[in-house]
Amino acid sequence: MEYLGCRRRPAKDRRVSAIVRVQDLHYAYSTAHPEAPVDWVLRGVSFDVEEGEFLSIMGPTGVGKTTLCLALNGIVPQSTGGVIWGEVLVDGLNTKRHPVSELAQRVGLVFQEPETQLFNMTVEAEIAFGLESLGMDPAEMAERVDWALAVVGMRELRDRSPFHLSGGQKQRTAIASILAMTPRILVLDEPTASLDPLGKSEVFSVVRELRRQQGMTIIMAEFESEHIAEFSDRILVLNQGQVELQGKPAEVFSQVDRMRQIGLAVAQVSEVAHCLNRRYQTSYAFTQLEEAYRALAQDHPPGLGGLP
Amino acid sequence: MRGLQTKDLWFAYHNGDAALRGVSISIQPGEFVAVIGQNGSGKTTLVKHFNGLLRPSSGQVLLDGEDTGDKSVGTLARSVGYVFQNPDHQIFSPSTREEIAFGPTNLRLSAEEIEHNTLDALRCFDLVPYADRQPALLGYGLRRKVSIAAVYAMHTPYLVLDEPTTGLDRKSTTELMQLLSRLNQQGRTIILITHDMRVVTEYVPRCIVVREGQVLVHDDTSSVFGQYDLLKTTSLEIPQVCELARRMVVHGMRDGVLTVPEFCDAYSQLKNLA
Repeated sequence: MEYLGCRRRPAKDRRVSAIVRVQDLHYAYSTAHPEAPVDWVLRGVSFDVEEGEFLSIMGPTGVGKTTLCLALNGIVPQSTGGVIWGEVLVDGLNTKRHPVSELAQRVGLVFQEPETQLFNMTVEAEIAFGLESLGMDPAEMAERVDWALAVVGMRELRDRSPFHLSGGQKQRTAIASILAMTPRILVLDEPTASLDPLGKSEVFSVVRELRRQQGMTIIMAEFESEHIAEFSDRILVLNQGQVELQGKPAEVFSQVDRMRQIGLAVAQVSEVAHCLNRRYQTSYAFTQLEEAYRALAQDHPPGLGGLP
Repeated sequence: MRGLQTKDLWFAYHNGDAALRGVSISIQPGEFVAVIGQNGSGKTTLVKHFNGLLRPSSGQVLLDGEDTGDKSVGTLARSVGYVFQNPDHQIFSPSTREEIAFGPTNLRLSAEEIEHNTLDALRCFDLVPYADRQPALLGYGLRRKVSIAAVYAMHTPYLVLDEPTTGLDRKSTTELMQLLSRLNQQGRTIILITHDMRVVTEYVPRCIVVREGQVLVHDDTSSVFGQYDLLKTTSLEIPQVCELARRMVVHGMRDGVLTVPEFCDAYSQLKNLA
């Protein structure tokens, strides 16, 4: 018996090593009419996220991405009510049994619209707010705020009003205010959807830094397939409340037709790979520009076989 | 002379900063053109002059050869339909059907025409199931569609849309762009502000590039995206496949590739040559 117990241990250990575990999650918002049938937004979602992993969640509009993000720090169902089934474990805590305030110190959530999260007079006050409410020692607080400002590149703008910033700067402020709480897991719900190209690239470079320097576990819902390809260890494709595809970017983005059916775009170079594979029976699986260029340029040295 | 012209158009907002600095362009009837440029470059300010929402500080706007200066927004609305960037700035009716019928009713079309245009718009935008729902309570993608359908129903020869694909997923974006292409083929002039360069290269044949209140270039999309250095100065996002094709030119690929199918054809040419 003892021996069997030991044999089961590795499986159990692996389960502990997943910092986020979502298991058969079903969720429906409460309806206005008590007799109305339950309208499930999530219909049995299961996945694990390892510590330090970068997971992107893709899915068409209205498919449950935001609901899933909110379920990761307990806002769903603690603030939203409704019907929930299945489990969400973050950093070992069951989101049904621990209050959002406790979960929020482990899971930071960044929303699509930065303005929903900003309300202080200055950028610095905004970032300090969460720490003040924890009753942190001022010296330590100043240090943390300074660090968070530096990570998002907003040190020079610390005295500005968050409402007089560009979209990208607002979102960076929102991210810094979450980072200051030093969560182990960062969840971003379409953080660039409302931003112009300049704002998008500002936010993506912050995300790039977080990935590279902080080794944080990051879960990001996004549409921007070319950026997703650059950042993600793994992509989860949500459709009609269920996980339809998951895998490394190269695996998911090679399913060009399937993704199109779902209503999602893959990186353009992945479409190129798909098209060339059909024509020439090659097995390209590009997800990034550089990789596509290297492979395609290889067979055609500069100045040879080309037009004058 | 038909079409939309601006002649040395200048415009300053109340704070005195010139948002447009001498814009002279000529949009031909039947043109399908994207207005592109960074935030704050003057794109929206420019197109708001086309239906009189803004009036020039100096210079002229001509619609089908006539100065718009002495025409009311109401009069101009018969020719130029305008879809706002934020659908919620437009939507107010208790039902989608009434929202869409509002424009044709205001144009004093006959009851029959109003009925016909409304139904046509509901069908065209797949909004029939939502005809009796309250549009303000629909999801964002649907509210977007309602706001466009309501302007479409006025059957104006000119259609101006300010960032209509923002917040839409790929499927809705593709549907909308295919619909706009169809309307254009039926002869409508379509002027579209967008940040989505993939939309521009795949669907829109002409471009106006705006920077700091001036029009840098107004030309075919393939020619505009060929001017790499110019695009870099406007910090527009160049689609991945255009960037790949540009780098492949030294390896013998032809110039002016805009889309994935074009790239694959150009690559095949290259392979055949080798």
